Order: sequence, then structure tokens, then C-alpha cells
Amino acid sequence: MEALFLLIPLSVALVFAALWIFFRASDDGQFDDLVGPALRVVQDDDLPPTDQQ
Amino acid sequence: MPHTTPLSHAAAICYHCGQPLPKGAAWSVKIAEVEHTMCCPGCAAVAQTIVDLRQENYYRDRTAYAASAEGAQQLPPELQLYDNADPRFALDEDSRESTFTVEGIRCAACVWLIEKRLARQPGVESAQLNVATEKLYVRWRSDACKPGDILGALHAIGYAAYPYDAERHAGQQRRAAKTLGRQLFVAGLSMMQVMMYVAPAYLAEDGTLDDSMAALMRWASLLLTLPAICYAALPFWRGAWASLRARSLGMDVPVALGIAAAFGASVIATVNGKGEVWFDSVTMFIFLLLCSRYLELRARRKAGAALERLQHALPASAALLENFPANRAVTIVHAAALAVDNVIVIKPGEAVAADCVIIEGRTALDLSLLSGESAPVPKQCGDFIPGGAINASNVILARVAKRAQDSTLSDLLKLVSRAGGDKPRIAQWADRVAAWFVAGLLLFALATFGFWYLLDGSAARAWPIAIAVLVVSCPCALSLATPTALAAATDYLLRQGVLVTGPQTLETLHRATHVVLDKTGTLTWGRPVLQEVQALSAMRSQFCLQIAAAMEAGSAHPLARAIIAAADEAGRQDWRAVALEETPGSGLDGFVHNRRYRLGSAQFVAAISGEPPQRAMVDGVTPVYLGVEGQWLACFHLHDGLRPDAQQTVDYFRQHGKTVVLLSGDEAALARQVGDQLGIETTVGGYLPADKLNFVQQLQRRGCVVAMVGDGINDAAVLGAADVSFAMGGGAALAQAHADAVLLNGRLSAVADSARIAARTMQVIRQNLCWATVYNVAAIPAAAFGLLNPWLSGVGMAVSSAVVVLNALRLRKGL
Repeated sequence: MEALFLLIPLSVALVFAALWIFFRASDDGQFDDLVGPALRVVQDDDLPPTDQQ
Repeated sequence: MPHTTPLSHAAAICYHCGQPLPKGAAWSVKIAEVEHTMCCPGCAAVAQTIVDLRQENYYRDRTAYAASAEGAQQLPPELQLYDNADPRFALDEDSRESTFTVEGIRCAACVWLIEKRLARQPGVESAQLNVATEKLYVRWRSDACKPGDILGALHAIGYAAYPYDAERHAGQQRRAAKTLGRQLFVAGLSMMQVMMYVAPAYLAEDGTLDDSMAALMRWASLLLTLPAICYAALPFWRGAWASLRARSLGMDVPVALGIAAAFGASVIATVNGKGEVWFDSVTMFIFLLLCSRYLELRARRKAGAALERLQHALPASAALLENFPANRAVTIVHAAALAVDNVIVIKPGEAVAADCVIIEGRTALDLSLLSGESAPVPKQCGDFIPGGAINASNVILARVAKRAQDSTLSDLLKLVSRAGGDKPRIAQWADRVAAWFVAGLLLFALATFGFWYLLDGSAARAWPIAIAVLVVSCPCALSLATPTALAAATDYLLRQGVLVTGPQTLETLHRATHVVLDKTGTLTWGRPVLQEVQALSAMRSQFCLQIAAAMEAGSAHPLARAIIAAADEAGRQDWRAVALEETPGSGLDGFVHNRRYRLGSAQFVAAISGEPPQRAMVDGVTPVYLGVEGQWLACFHLHDGLRPDAQQTVDYFRQHGKTVVLLSGDEAALARQVGDQLGIETTVGGYLPADKLNFVQQLQRRGCVVAMVGDGINDAAVLGAADVSFAMGGGAALAQAHADAVLLNGRLSAVADSARIAARTMQVIRQNLCWATVYNVAAIPAAAFGLLNPWLSGVGMAVSSAVVVLNALRLRKGL
């Protein structure tokens, strides 16, 4: 039971850390476009240029 | 999810844009070793650019055809107007940034193509396209690149882009949505975590949770509730404070009071180590309420989308001829800098920057945005052309008649903002009721607290019950009920081509008992339509029609347009008339297939064809004759035709128990003929505008509610007098429209659509108000008797707001 006295404050700190990370991500535009990245990831744009083939 | 199979393509369509190939199209581009046909040099240039960039994969990956690039091969000079000196773009010393709106994004391949292309543009540091909003963010170095280059690069691959200065207003909206999203997240996270710490207190049996552990849980909950109170609940604190400062009781007041009371009491209980805490209820309440706010914001945003498109129709620049007529050097200037009497040149495909009068050239204008008329309208010297119209055929010179900011389209936008400023009666009523409701509620909560306090002698039970009363009541539903429904309906109608400008329009239209229709220009086209071709010889009438169309091909006369339209409908032949001579007011003389024809009045044709045939003409029909030397061929009967949707519209109103009246300035006999044809009982003809006004006012004195449909200019007074009025949209007429709604698409049946939507809107508003009333009548007493605890009240309130908003949103789909 005594472990809770450590774990609960830790969990509170964790929530605040999560909030901080969320705010940073939001500032960086992570949530601005929720459609585009899903489309972009399927493009094979890492093909070698044709003149090197 | 884009699939990787290429679009199927028939040989007869353009490989790039998918449009049918015009006859004799000779453009083609080799893509991945296969020759593909293109419809125009523009598409060919774009496709070649894509191949040259080694981006052929675009064609493999795309899931939709590209926008047609017709005319894209020339870079429009107005794009070069944007330069680095523009303060809008400044980021720092040597970097610039801007957001562009990109039109024509069809699929994922577009995104990829645009970003690839810009990444190769010298000087561009970063380019990101947001698919959801069609906005492109670009950052570039000012020494190596200009905004014009970026727009030019996009132009070259077939996308139209313009700097998105859609006004700080839009930027604020975006920030507001982002902030609300964050607040929602914070409230949600707080809520979930607080639940965890509260669970032991709920689950533990008496005595198993020792005091120090309970205190730990409470302090942890308190800490985690703080972000929700300090950040997520900000909209409620601000709203309540603003309404208190304005000495009124807004719907945020009980919400803020409820949150403050619950949180305050919980903090005191935590510090003292005794009493009940409601941290879980507080966070949950904030979260749920933010959810319904978020929903409402999105609903409002959607409702404004159709309007936003309208605002981009006026071009930002114009080609000015400074020293006209001395020389014709063109300067590109900002449209706002145009002064009255400046001469501008408008090339095909460009939009007219301001209202002007043509001084040289003849062309056809696409007025679809202003009037809803999709076919280009012919215009010639001396004709007025409204700003925002698009030049569809030839280069013209025009003299500016009004500054760009006073143009017809600007007036239209002002009409719209006027509509946004006023609240309809039913919404004003709901607002007043809501204000009294809040005041009553606060008193009631106080009374409830007093009652339970006296009963128990302590605040232990009285406090949570008072909080529940504050939280459970839903003035939000009451004040959201009407505006959301009206906004959704207005948006739907705008997308259908009906611009609602009056605040009471929908409400009054629903109550209307009489629908008064004008004849000319409303039930009929207001311009001649070919009704019948009467053959006067052995020659087939279809053949005669094609000959006539060939002769009229270059004419802008309304009778000529009618004949050409009829020939187009029947499948126009590509015949040419040569050696055409026009005798103004009489007709045309020319050769088709080496045979001499005359087309025009009986007298004019008789000069080569001999004695005219004797026949009686019906009233209101204009005859146009066709003849060759020594023989009469045909007579075309032209007549102001009924709109195809006139019958349907009249039937709709009759079925819905409204009295339809035909009110016309034409002779009574003509009016009666149209009235009988449509089955309208009351037909009144031969009325001057003053008589019409009198007629409508008499109806109103008898207690009728009159809805009037007219064509704008000549009916202005009657339209103004009617309880609710619709004007047929038509360029310049718009600015003078005294109507509550303008039919931009020029379809008469849109009036019936509006009536149907008005009925649906009123039904939805009634449902919403009814729901809000029933909910409050049931929930408030339940809370006052202590049957609801604070968290259950929070759920109830959020759900009731959501029900109202979702119900209203159904109208956007026209359900």
C-alpha cells in the first residue's frame, strides 16, 4: 500500500508531462491535417531516379 | 485510399483531365512509353511538365482526373503582381511565408505532385499541403524566389492558386477551433485520470480505505482538476464574465456558477479533510459541455462554407490601359485601385474586376455566379457587365462604371452580411426566454439550497442538490434551437442557388397564404424561345432551322440566340454562312452551301422570295421567315416561353394549400392564357406597378400573408411590400433587389424548394424547442428533489444540447 504514496504523485506528474507533450505537438501542427499524411504514406517516392536504373 | 490501378481511359477523352477530345485535337504526350492524347495545349503542357519532372507515377497513382489545364500554358501576368515586398508575406529578414488556397485538388496524387514540384522550385524551403482545407503553406527565401514564381509553378502543373488572405477573420476562426480542440483534449484527459483516483472511494467498503490514502486520492484529483478548471473551462468563465459585464444573464452564467460551486466545495472538503468531493463530476461536466460546443462550432463552420466561396469571385487584379485611346500599353494593377472611367482589358477566361460598360468588342459572359444562368450571355458595345462575371469568348475593352468595392458582387456580399446581422423573430423570442429562464433558474437553485439546508440543518445534502439544479438545466438547448436550424437551412439553400438575405424569410414563407407570381421573366423566360418551325415548302423544318442557325451564328440578338439555342438542342450542324449582310431591324442576307438565303421579317424576305404567305398570327408570337430566291421555306414562331419548372412550382404551392395568384403587367388576355395553361385560378393582367402594389396591400389588409416572386428591377416596390419576396437573380438587378431572397440559379422551382425547406426548418425548430422544454421541465424538478447527482446532471445537459445541434444539422442535407 505504501507504494501508492510514490506511484500516485508519479502518475500525476505523468499526466502533466502528457499535457506538455500534447501542447508541443499541437503547436507544431501535428493535428492540423488528419487526412493528408495517411494518403502521403502510400506514395512510393523513394524510387531511384530513372536515369540511374 | 488510393488504389494503384490507372484510371480507365477511352481514346476519345483527354488522358490528363478526362474531358472529351474536341474535333481535330492533335496534342499528345508520351507518358511511360505510351503516346496519350490531350484535349488542349494546356493539358499537353502540364503533362509534359510532369513527364519532364520524372513524375509519371502521378498518372499511375491518381484516383481522379486532373483539373483541365486549358489556357495554362501562358502564365497570367497578374500572378507576377505578388512580390516579396508585400508585407503579408514577411516572416523574417530573408524568409517569406504564405498560405495559398489551391483549387482543383482531386486525390492523393495531387498532393504529392504539388509538394514535389515546389520542392524543386529554387528558393522554396518548405511546402506543405493540407488536404482537408485545400490550403498550401509555403516558406521561401526572398532572394531566390517570388510568390509569383510559386503561383506560376503551380499554374504550370494545372492548379489554380491564390494567396489566401481570406482575411484575418478566417485565421481567427481556425485558431478558435484549434484552441477549443485543445481544451477538449485537456478536459478529456483530466476527466479520465480523475475517475481513476475517485474509483477507490466509490468501490471501497466502509473502513477499508484509510484516511491518509483517501486524502492522497483527493489531493491527486484536485491537482488533475486544475488544468480543466484553469484552461479547459476558460470559455465558460469568459462567457459568464462577458455576459455579467453586459448586465445580462447569458447561458454561461449557471454553467460557470455550477462549476465554481462544485469545485470550490470540493477544494474546501479536501483541505479540511472531511465532506464530499465532486472533482469527477466537475471534469466530466466540462468535458461534455465542451463536446457540445465543439459540435456547434463545426456546425457553424459548415454553414458558412458556401458563402466563403462567393467571396473569392472578384479578381484581385485588372489589366489597365492607362493612356487609352492614345496607346494600348497594359499595366496590371490591383483591382481596388481602379477608378471610375478607367479603361480595362478583359481577356477570355478572366473575371471582370469591377462593374463596367463594354466600349470595344463583343463577347459572351459567364454570369453563373451572379445569376445562376449557366449558358454564357452575349454582350456587345454599350452593354453593362457586372464585376465577378467571367469573360467566356473574346477580348473586350470596358470602361469602369463603379469601383470594385461598389460592384454588384460586393453589394451581394453586403446583402448577405446584413442577413447575418439580424436575428429572426423566433430567435429573438428564444433569446428573451432564455434570459428569463436563467434568472429564474438561479433563484430556483437558491431556493432549493435554502429548502434542503433548512430541512437538514447542514449544507451536506443541500450543496450537491443546488449544483445539480444549476448544471442540469439547459438554456443552451433553448438558445441553440433556432439559430443552428436557420444557419443549416440557409446554407443548404445557398448551395441550391437561393441566397436568403432577410432574417424572417423562412419563417414568413412558411406562414404565407398567398403566393403571387409575376409573369414576364418569372413564370416565363422573359426572352423569346422557338416554339414551332412551320415549313412553307417541301424542305424539312430541321434543315431550315440549321440554315437559320448558320446565318445567325454571329449575332447577339435575342431572336437569333433563340434560334441558335433550338438548333443546338436538335444537334447543330457545322455549316458556315458567307457573304452575310445585316440590315438592322429587318434581317440577314447571305450564302449557305452556295445558295442565297434571307432570314428576317416577312417584308425583308419577300424582296427575294415573292408574295408572302397569308396567315393569321397568334398574339404574342414573333414570326421570323426564311426564304430563297423565288420560294418561301419556313416560318419560325418565337414566343416568350414558359419556364419548364413553372408548372411544377405552381402545383407545389396549390398542393400545400396556398392560393396562387398571377399578377402581370401584360394584357389580361395574355396573362389569362398563361394562367389557364398552368391552372392558376386568380389571374390579373394589365396592372401597372402601382396597381400591383395596391393589389398586394389589399390582400394584406384582409389578413393574408403574401409571398411574392418577381424579377427584381421592375417589381422592386411590390417585392418590398410583400411579406416575403423572391427576386429572380440577374446581374445588375441584384443590387436593387428589395427581396428577402434572391434566386441565384434562376430556377423558379427553387421557390418551391425554399418553401419545402422553410416548412422543414420550422418543424425542426419546433422539435428543438419542444425537446428543450420537455427536458427542462422533467430534469429540473428531478434535480431539486435530489434524484440526480451532479455528474448525471452534466451528462443530461450535454446530451440535450447535442440532440438539438444534430437535429438542426439534418437540414444541411435538405432532409
